[in-house]
Amino acid sequence: MWTSIKRVGKAGFVNFWRNGFVSLASLSVMTVTLLIIGVTIFFSALLNSSLEQLKNKVDINVYFVTSAPESDILALKKDIEALPEVKSVEYLSRDDVLNEFKGKHADDELILQAFDELGDNPLGATFNINATDPSQYESITKFVEDKTGQAGAASIVRKVSYHGDKKEAIDSLTNFITSSKRIGSLIITLFIFISVLITFNTIQLVIYSSREEISVMRLVGASMTYIRGPFMVTGIMYGIIAGIISLFALYLVALYLGPSTTLFFGGVNLASYYLSHFPLVFMVIVGGGVALGAVSSFLAVRRYLTI
Amino acid sequence: MIHFDKVMKEYPASGRVLHDINIKIQPNEFVSIVGQSGAGKTTLLKLLLAEERPTEGIVFIEDANINKLNRRDINSLRRRIGSVFQDFRLLPYKTAFENIAFAMEAAGRSDQEIASDVPHVLDLVNLGDKMMNFPHELSGGEKQRVAIARAIINQPDIIIADEPTGNLDPISTNEVIQILQKINDLGTIIILTTHNKGVVDILGRRVITIDQGRVVRDDEQGRYSL
Repeated sequence: MWTSIKRVGKAGFVNFWRNGFVSLASLSVMTVTLLIIGVTIFFSALLNSSLEQLKNKVDINVYFVTSAPESDILALKKDIEALPEVKSVEYLSRDDVLNEFKGKHADDELILQAFDELGDNPLGATFNINATDPSQYESITKFVEDKTGQAGAASIVRKVSYHGDKKEAIDSLTNFITSSKRIGSLIITLFIFISVLITFNTIQLVIYSSREEISVMRLVGASMTYIRGPFMVTGIMYGIIAGIISLFALYLVALYLGPSTTLFFGGVNLASYYLSHFPLVFMVIVGGGVALGAVSSFLAVRRYLTI
Repeated sequence: MIHFDKVMKEYPASGRVLHDINIKIQPNEFVSIVGQSGAGKTTLLKLLLAEERPTEGIVFIEDANINKLNRRDINSLRRRIGSVFQDFRLLPYKTAFENIAFAMEAAGRSDQEIASDVPHVLDLVNLGDKMMNFPHELSGGEKQRVAIARAIINQPDIIIADEPTGNLDPISTNEVIQILQKINDLGTIIILTTHNKGVVDILGRRVITIDQGRVVRDDEQGRYSL
């Protein structure tokens, strides 16, 4: 058993080496396929992250009057959080707001002095509300307004701010991103499909050129596994080597584009995304290559094993 | 030992290529099968290698009906039959040594056996110095001798030689036939198909003549006559 495995492995390696030109061609085709898959991963990561960033930029701010009792504020928070369309409600107490304000103006002596002279904290508490979906903001705003409006003149809310104009811009961007994601994934699926098909066909052709060899092997009484094994080993080697080349190329691309992607798409740095998701990228690229090589060889040899 | 029992073979496209073949071949025999191209010689050999199944009738090797064998048994049957072809059929990306070693590996022989037997058999066919050459570096006669070495390496009971001299010059033809005779002397059945009148006449052994899929002559010490 062990001898067979050793022989199959060795034969696969020797095939790979002696068919240098054919191996080079198969490797190139497979590398292109894997690169396309890798770029797809990057592309969707960038789009997802920029969409996420955009969504988080939209929020509703609720400003409370300074006299608003904390218990009422917390009760309102609970009510808002109970809404299914609300993702999160961040509550900043009066002290939090003051600290944040002071932190922002730490360099401005004048303002800090003014606060000290005032003695009392003039700022009210606030909510930052994030919705699960940008389209929900209007209904949430309305809900908050209705809810606090009922309290009449003694409303604890000073102002509910929600920028409709900002929303429109963000809405259209969101639409743009979602539709480009949809079109993009369609094109990419097509790309991946075509390149997988090309790789598959290349390997089929390589094995087609060995069909005589396969029939000779059958005639000297070699078993199916013994004939098929070396071809699969060669296919797997194409996958591993093409995978490693692609991983390296993708890393260079990520390194090169990293800083500009941070600026352009906001947040995500391609290089650090690559490193932090390396196990996944490795699995997809090298695993994909190995699977592609093994499966195409397996199927291609099967065709000539019928004698 | 080998028995074609009322064998008929029909292809959907070309119709009946073998009619009612009854042949018995005993151990130690050297049988030449002659006939014009398309007479059915190669089909007969394919039936013996279980590459094809007869439409009617049975092919026996010893007591085994080879048409009822499963894949695994077909593999071990083929290891008991060495085959040599007109176009050599060597593995192009393997050296002479590796081509022969492959047949031994397929038969599950150990590395030690391979290391000792392959050089020995290559010496037998006078190719001891071309062990590490690839087929494209060998002449036609040399290639055929590698093919013969591969055919005999597993000490088969039967050697099938399908026009082995068809692509060779007279000197190489002679060498190949002498090697086949030597193998036969050691007790292996040789089944040779050929168009070469000289070869058949020199051999002076059993000759089966096939014409249009039928056995028309079967002489113990025959000559080439069509």
